[in-house]
Amino acid sequence: MTSLTRRYRFSASHRLHSAELSEAENARVYGKCNNPFGHGHDYVLEVTVGGPVHPLTGLIVSVHALDDFIERHVLRLFANRNLNLDVAQFAALVPTTENIALVIADLIQRHWHDRFGSVPAGLRRVHIQETDRNGFEILLGVSGNRAPISTETESVTVHG
Amino acid sequence: MVLVTRKAEFSASHFCRVRSLNDPENYRLFGEEANPNGHGHNYIVEVTVEGDPDPITGMVIDLKHLKEVLERHVIEPLDHRFLNYEVPPFDRVVPSTANVALEIWRRIEPEVSTPSTRLARIRLFETSELYIDVDREGLDA
Repeated sequence: MTSLTRRYRFSASHRLHSAELSEAENARVYGKCNNPFGHGHDYVLEVTVGGPVHPLTGLIVSVHALDDFIERHVLRLFANRNLNLDVAQFAALVPTTENIALVIADLIQRHWHDRFGSVPAGLRRVHIQETDRNGFEILLGVSGNRAPISTETESVTVHG
Repeated sequence: MVLVTRKAEFSASHFCRVRSLNDPENYRLFGEEANPNGHGHNYIVEVTVEGDPDPITGMVIDLKHLKEVLERHVIEPLDHRFLNYEVPPFDRVVPSTANVALEIWRRIEPEVSTPSTRLARIRLFETSELYIDVDREGLDA
């Protein structure tokens, strides 16, 4: 397979707190990340797109178009936001980096066909570095690119 | 099976334009990479060879040999060159990151293929924010 990986950056704040857990349980599970005022990170997002190299243009996907797409559908929603308060997907979902990766993969897949439906390329991987020490990765199946994440996701690996 | 990766760097200039497309179409596809006067990158290439370690030497491939192969077949012909003008096939093939990665694969593969080793992956960074992977499956695509 040939694939293209593009790296983006965004800064955002969040608080890890589950409504399903008691105050004491939240403090135990999330530790410092449960601080009620929240805290922030400089996230590094890698988006990997796989597909054949077009014989005329030499492109798997236009980087120019991909940048515009990611800006429009991801970075504009996430950059310099309080994820808990400003991003609708996290109103009832704890903004762990696992969930941020799943939400971003879903946003990309949801809008992919409208912009890149004519290109035989699809999302293969979303990787987010929360800090230099914590990386989160979602690998996506090769077939199709519009299925809901719950069936499309082959594996979620978390490595610190 | 063990994967062995060697990294090398080269700097080169290029532009990305398709001759049969007009100026706005080229800029729409390639952005500022379409500037006909060209621009440059510090490319980083990671070559990954796979195989089982030799029972006597303990090595999958002699890294001195891999270093020389990279020097002779990638660095020497590409470093400090204007790819579109000086490095075939980029006089007629767009030197996009993917095409440069595929060309490196073609140049390296015969040099590292032995009964016990084969090329597994080429990863080419055009910048720290953009890289292309080619693996064996990609050649059939």
